[in-house]
Order: sequence, then C-alpha cells, then structure tokens
Amino acid sequence: MSSALDVFSAAAIGAGVFFFFAGTVALLRFPDSLTRLHALTKADNIGLGFVVLGLLPRVDSPLDALRLIAIWFLVQVSGASTAQMIGTALRRKEAAE
Amino acid sequence: MSVLQALDLGLAILILAVACTTIATREIFGAVVNYVAYGLLLSIVWIRLYAPDVALTEAAIGCGVTGVMLVTAGAHLRRPVHARDAEPSSLPVRFLAAVLAVLAAAAIAAVVLLLPEPPPSLALEARQSLAATGLGNPITAVLISFRSFDTLLEKVVLLLAVVAVWSVGPDRQWGSAPESLGKPRPDGALIFFEQALVPLGILVGVHIFWVGADEPGGAFQGGAILAAMWMIVMTARQAEPPRIDARWLRLCLVAGPAVFLIAGLAGPGMAGSFFAYPAGFAKPIILFIEAFMLLSIAVTLPMLVAGPPHGNPSE
Amino acid sequence: MSAATLAGLVGAALVGLGLYGLIVNPQPLRKILAFNLIGSGVFLVFGIVARGGAGAGFPADPVPQAMVITGIVVAFAASAVAVALILRLHEETGRVTLDTAASPKPPPKAEVTR
Repeated sequence: MSSALDVFSAAAIGAGVFFFFAGTVALLRFPDSLTRLHALTKADNIGLGFVVLGLLPRVDSPLDALRLIAIWFLVQVSGASTAQMIGTALRRKEAAE
Repeated sequence: MSVLQALDLGLAILILAVACTTIATREIFGAVVNYVAYGLLLSIVWIRLYAPDVALTEAAIGCGVTGVMLVTAGAHLRRPVHARDAEPSSLPVRFLAAVLAVLAAAAIAAVVLLLPEPPPSLALEARQSLAATGLGNPITAVLISFRSFDTLLEKVVLLLAVVAVWSVGPDRQWGSAPESLGKPRPDGALIFFEQALVPLGILVGVHIFWVGADEPGGAFQGGAILAAMWMIVMTARQAEPPRIDARWLRLCLVAGPAVFLIAGLAGPGMAGSFFAYPAGFAKPIILFIEAFMLLSIAVTLPMLVAGPPHGNPSE
Repeated sequence: MSAATLAGLVGAALVGLGLYGLIVNPQPLRKILAFNLIGSGVFLVFGIVARGGAGAGFPADPVPQAMVITGIVVAFAASAVAVALILRLHEETGRVTLDTAASPKPPPKAEVTR
C-alpha cells in the first residue's frame, strides 16, 4: 500500500514539476508581457497544486495536510492579486506610450 | 553522486548565478527582484544546513522586507539622475576590485576548508541548560535566555535605527507623518488582497511567535510577518503611516527593549544576577518578554521602511 | 564534499562577488544590495560552523544560528538607515553621490507637492 502511495506522490510531484517547467518555458519564449503573465499564473498555480497533492500522502497528521492546502490557497490568492496588479500596470504603461 | 549531493550542487550554482545577475543588472528594479529571488534560494540552503529558524528570518526580513524597502527607494530615485552618477567604473578600478574580491573569497574559502575537525561547539552546554528554561526550541533559549544581553542590544540597535531614519528628515518637518507607502488611488486587486490576506497573516504571525517556544519560529519571524501585514494595509491606503510624535507609536517602539531591560534588571532581586530568571518561572517570563518584542518589531520594521517624516507638523 | 562545506564555499564566493559589486557599481542602491550579499555570505560561513558543531541531539549548534538571526535583523536596520540617507541626499541636491566634481549642482528645484 505504501509503495502505491509513493508512486502516486512521485507522479503528482512530477506532474507539478512539468507544469512549472512549462511555465518557465512560456516566460522565456512568449512574445509579450501579458501573455507571459497569463501563462505563469496558470501554470505555477496548477504546478503547486500537483506538488501539494503529491505531498498529502506523506504528512504526519491531518493538520499538516490542512496546512499544505492552506499554503496552496494563499499562494493562489497572492498570485492572482499580483498578476492583476501587474496587468493593470502594463496596460497603463501601454496607454501612456 | 547521490541525489541530495546533486541537488546541493545545483542549488549552489543557481545561487551564484543569481548573485552574479544581481550585481550585473543595471536597472535597480531588476537588481532588487534578482536579490529577492536570491534570498529565497538562500532560505532553502539554510534548510539544508538544518537551521529552519534562520531560514524563516532570511525569507521574511532578509529578502522580504529589505526587498520592499529597496523597491520603494528605487521608485523614489527614478527622477533622472545625472549621467556621471550612473557611469560604470573605469577598467583599472574594475581590475583592482576583481583582484581584491578574488583574494577575499580565497581567504574565506581557505578558512572554510581548514576549519578544525570537529569545530568547537556549544551544543552540549545548550542541551544541558535547555531543561532549566522550560523551552523546546534551543534558538529561542539562546536568544532570550543564554545570550539575552545580545538580543537586548539588538533591540536597542533597531530603536536607534528608527531614530536615525527619522533624524534624516528636515528639521521643519519633525513631528509629522512619513510619506504614504502606496499610490493615491490603489488598485482594486490590492484592496482585495489586503482584505483577504491581512487577517490570516496576523493569525499566522502570532502563531509563529507562540510556537517558537518549542518549534522553529519566534518573536523575530512572527514580528516580521506582522510588520508585513501592516505594510500591506498602508500600501493599500486603508491606513496611513502615523505621525512620528504619536505617543502610542513611541510606546510601542520602546516597549520591547524596555520590558526586556526591566526583566534583566529585576534579575538580581529575583534570581541572583543580571538577566537571571527564577527557576520554574523562566518560561512565562521569556514568553512575556517575547510578546513585547513581537509588538516592537512589528511596529519598528514598517517605520524603518516608511522613512523620515514628510509633511507639515502643525496639521 | 558535504553540504556544509559546499555552502561555506558558496559563502566565500558571495563575499567576493559582493565586494566586487560594492566597489564597482556606481549607484548607491546597488551598493547596498552588494553589501547585503557580503553579509549573507558571512552568515553562510556562520551556518556551516553551526552545522559542524552538531551534537547533543541538536542537528546544528544553536548559538551561531542565534547570532545569524541577530545579524540579519541588524543588516536590515543598517540598510534602512543607508537608504534614508541616500533618499535625503537625492531630495536635497538631485544627486546620488557626494562627488561634487562628478556632477555639477543642478538648479534649485521648486518644493515638490504630493
């Protein structure tokens, strides 16, 4: 049973790493700041979600599992807000040019 | 090479690369962003060195609050600077600086490689005295009990830094409030962020302070988080930096060092010598001192970022 | 090579990098960044001494760790005072260096309204 959980953890964390990698490729290759921002927020949030999912079977207590999910939630809130603010600033800069 | 060793090597290369780009980036905003990334990677290295308290402090204060301060300063300095001020140094200066840098790095590397094996350590003494303090986290015990005088002086240094930052402002503006931290019309997203995050952040900050008695954490880390929450509120313009002659502000700033000093001075009466705590009462006294330290740090750090007074004191 | 020794060598390299940046970079804010780099390099050397001093059930000697925590806070305070000085100099004179030969004093500007 524990080895099945290990395989699940490895697969989920691997998927998370893949999404982070995809986000970084987008950061380097996309043409425009707004498209890069969009790719980064989506890919990084999903990537972190998969990493948290992969870590859930390995926690010592249910409270730790709740903490991991709370961390994912907090990163989503702050990521979404900052992405929105960066987008607004980019629009303002474009309008000024 | 095992997986962990490969990870360590990769981390080391990444940190050096980000440090190089921090030094090399011309634009100040890019350099500060690089520095924050560097600080976060450094926190991971601290975890690999089995020092979670230091990792928390580095992430919160070393790269977090320092980054905010430098970005705000960089925004203020965006008025065009005279061309000569931004001119890179000449080639001979660069060459000499590189030689000096290589010598310094080589000297410290020699020290690292020639450390006595095993290095001198106070872990045994710390373990033996830990039970008397009633704490589970040895770092907190070292900070507040074994080396309490050092921590008291550090709190006083923070207070002196606030006084120094305030003194830098013009005489005629003494007493007024520092400049606002945020733009006049804050983003809706920023206000949402503040309303969603700050209550939770206050809870997390107090929790990290409380749990620092037995697990990694403590007053400095918790205080940095509370300070960040107040800075978010001020940046979202839901609160303004207070006037520097406000009595509550000055009381909060002084409370930490003052309570610490009083506890130390009460030592001779209670337990025999300066900064001695009576046996059996050590943990409550330590937590009492730490609570006031938490308040002081949470108020001092934003005041250091907000800067000198700016405005009309008679308003 | 253990993780601790590698971290110590990284610390040594950071001190060198920071020193180079401190001397060569023309802008004061970048000098403050380089100064912080030097500081964190020195703290890493403290960290490896702490890790080497593991014993009595602790994975790392707690006393150097407490010193590093103190050091990080004091380094931040020093950076804050330096930033305040730079901003005030810039506000008063429009320059960011004290070198009067490098940049002639600009004409006095009107009081900036906010």
